[in-house]
Amino acid sequence: MTEPLTTPAHIAQSIGLTTEEVFVGHHAGAAKAMRLENVTVTFGGRAAVRGVTFDAYQREVTALIGPSGSGKTTLLRALNRMHDTVRSAAVTGTVMLGDTDVYGRSTDPTLLRSRVGMVFQRPNPFPTMSIYENAVAGLRFNGVRKKSLLDEAAESSLVAAALWDSVRDRLKVHASTLSGGEQQRLCIARALAVEPEVLLMDEPTSALDPIATKRIEELIGELKDRVTIIIVTHNMQQAMRVSDRCAFLLMGEDRTGELIEFNSTSKLFSEPDDPRTLDYINGRFG
Amino acid sequence: MSSISFDSSLDPILSRRAAIQKIAASSIARRKVYSKVAISVCLLCLVVALIPLVAIITYVAAKGIPAWNADFFTQVTKPEGIPNGGVWNAIVGSLIIDGIAVAASVPFGILGGLFLAESDGPAAAAVRFSADILTGVPSITIGIFGYIVWVKTVGSYSGFAGAFAIAIIMLPVIMRAAETAIRGVPVTLREAGLSLGARRSTVARRVVLPAALPGLLTGVLLAVARGAGETAPLLFTIFGNQFFQANPTKAMEALPQAIYTYSSQPYNDLIQIAWGAALLLMVVILVLNVGSRLMAARLRRERR
Amino acid sequence: MAGGIFAVLLIAFVVAMATQAVPAFSKLGVSFLWGSNWDPAHNHFGVLPFAVGTIETTVIAVALAVPIGLGTALALAYLAPRRLRAPLSTAVELLAAVPSVVYGLWGLVAVAPLFRTTVEPQLTSVLGWTGLLGGPNQGVGLLLAGVILFIMVLPTMVAISRDVLAAVPHDQVEGAMALGATRWQVLRKVIVPGARVGLLGAFTLATGRALGETVAVALVIGNSAHLAPSLKANAGTIPSLIVSSFGEASGTQLNVLFAAALVLLVVGIGVNALARVFVRSVKRSGAASVTVA
Repeated sequence: MTEPLTTPAHIAQSIGLTTEEVFVGHHAGAAKAMRLENVTVTFGGRAAVRGVTFDAYQREVTALIGPSGSGKTTLLRALNRMHDTVRSAAVTGTVMLGDTDVYGRSTDPTLLRSRVGMVFQRPNPFPTMSIYENAVAGLRFNGVRKKSLLDEAAESSLVAAALWDSVRDRLKVHASTLSGGEQQRLCIARALAVEPEVLLMDEPTSALDPIATKRIEELIGELKDRVTIIIVTHNMQQAMRVSDRCAFLLMGEDRTGELIEFNSTSKLFSEPDDPRTLDYINGRFG
Repeated sequence: MSSISFDSSLDPILSRRAAIQKIAASSIARRKVYSKVAISVCLLCLVVALIPLVAIITYVAAKGIPAWNADFFTQVTKPEGIPNGGVWNAIVGSLIIDGIAVAASVPFGILGGLFLAESDGPAAAAVRFSADILTGVPSITIGIFGYIVWVKTVGSYSGFAGAFAIAIIMLPVIMRAAETAIRGVPVTLREAGLSLGARRSTVARRVVLPAALPGLLTGVLLAVARGAGETAPLLFTIFGNQFFQANPTKAMEALPQAIYTYSSQPYNDLIQIAWGAALLLMVVILVLNVGSRLMAARLRRERR
Repeated sequence: MAGGIFAVLLIAFVVAMATQAVPAFSKLGVSFLWGSNWDPAHNHFGVLPFAVGTIETTVIAVALAVPIGLGTALALAYLAPRRLRAPLSTAVELLAAVPSVVYGLWGLVAVAPLFRTTVEPQLTSVLGWTGLLGGPNQGVGLLLAGVILFIMVLPTMVAISRDVLAAVPHDQVEGAMALGATRWQVLRKVIVPGARVGLLGAFTLATGRALGETVAVALVIGNSAHLAPSLKANAGTIPSLIVSSFGEASGTQLNVLFAAALVLLVVGIGVNALARVFVRSVKRSGAASVTVA
């Protein structure tokens, strides 16, 4: 008995193409998961990042790169309204999640965050919860009580985060017993379990060793059929390896981050449009 | 765009996403109301917690201020029915007892603090642990300890016995404050002294302690605030004395003792004196407490 | 070593108290510890009513202090306007600086009449069915002692709880927020569980304070040697027994009081040791400093 043709990977396989060719190869028609228009984030009136416009496409990984201070993380945190708790922070411009205006009057930030997941620099599983409870924490926050749905989501997300095989027998064990890399994958699973439309990753491998980093990078490639990924990284090789498109940010003269170039990753790293991008890439690659 | 389209209801992920978003959206109103109510309850708890402070300060002030007159501060306590009584004997007694207690506990406290600040071994941990426990031991047991060790041995109640008990209460407070103050002295300063060939004890005396002085003073203020308000230890050691007595080898009066004695008497003029004494004690202790906090806050700012 | 003085002191404490308590045990055995008849004139020294009174007042105090203290601590650590947090924290902590004898005087003169005329009648009409509130409304008694104790232990509960709650790493808060948790869900599901060991320490320290408080309780509990039939009835606690009968005690009675003090001391040391272990472990793992009142 064959599986129904459901995931893009299945579909691609069935017509003899790679997933990339099916979806990334058709930019003009690919759906936009998130659109940023002239987005500016200010703290106490001072802009940290200004006037950013680009689109993040479905089933793609979009990387935000640039030197430190260029506002990558600040920009990323604007996309799920994490700046809301900082009183001096203000976000202007437009962020659209599908048809939802992220900063719209009728948009609830709590509800929005169940549609836009986030993975942080340092693994931050909830240490007092078991692995299982970590995986379903987001579902419980969002009011899901049905055991079958929780179990299904936990397994699916742990499988997707390449953690299921190693933890299936110890789901009741505290999350703090996992290694750093496993903890970060648990955090990815935790975010995936809510089935967000977009997953924001803020330098997810910066606290990990090279082997754990490699596993997360592989994971990112596997996940993009499931969720649109926007990743901040300071590591250009990583951006090249994992992303389909890149947004290059740079700190301007007034110490405010600006978007210099947004392009497909292959184009940005081989023949960028902006000379500053070239300088940065060359500087980095020696 | 590829012509292949797929039915979202067949994709387990898309259908789960739809289910989860539906549940999240339908529960958000309830969750937010619940959140708001719970947070309001917490803020209400804060208000409830503040009510007694306001109530006790205003009540004691309202009752105590009328008791404050020249006689109150200059006369000794008199039996019920005899006018113009005061708490002069209790004020002097408190000053002497707490003065002796400070004088006795400060040297030990500073030495202990030096030891704790300079050593991180299991011995220091044990000392810190027992000091912390001593802080939490019921103060009545400290009074009884003072009775057994001092009053029974010497054969009489005395100001010294009271000072002994109060000093035990002050000691851990001073020591922990001293430790913090000494740890705050920059290592470079200490090393500079040592590199000049000075001995550790000399460096401690000439360099570390002067630099830590403001912090030490903060700790002493806090310790006095703590010790001066204690009643239970005094009840078993100084006995109380309605006459003027400045000789600490004899039974003495003290403010907390006077408040305790007079508040349980059925005479209005004595209760009046108790209110006056309560206000005096409370004002002194709150001033010491707030003063030490302000000093500590200023120290922290300067360090930064 | 100057520091060693504490270990010596603690041991000296127990030893001194024990030597004075021994005659009580040799004359009366250990059964007086749970005898319920306290009548020194006829050589009956059952301290059970006082032990029960101690437990009852402590339970009342802690049962009020835990929820209200936790709510206050959450408010001070996360919910109150930022600018007000430090001054309000100080205000609550100042409650701990007010001398206990002042609490006793205030409780006896100001709060007891309020209890007699308002609180006790109201409470009886609402909760009278429980059978815990029989007898006349008289102001002083178990309930008043418990409530005054609650006010006295509240700052301990709040100060430590606030510190351990604030010490929960911020990335935990963000992790929960990013999953779509409401503000309360972040507090309830992540911050409170994350601080639970330290909160246990705060609870234990508050219990220790309530168990040992003396003069305030002695002034407002009504000092009775009988098991209280009602929360409104007069009662006694071990500390209030010691302080109220010490003056006229001699001979065996004095030894019994020392024995009671020994029990109090041992329980006090045990409770505090436990609390410090809890609070320490938080201090070691958490980043923020924990100040212990």
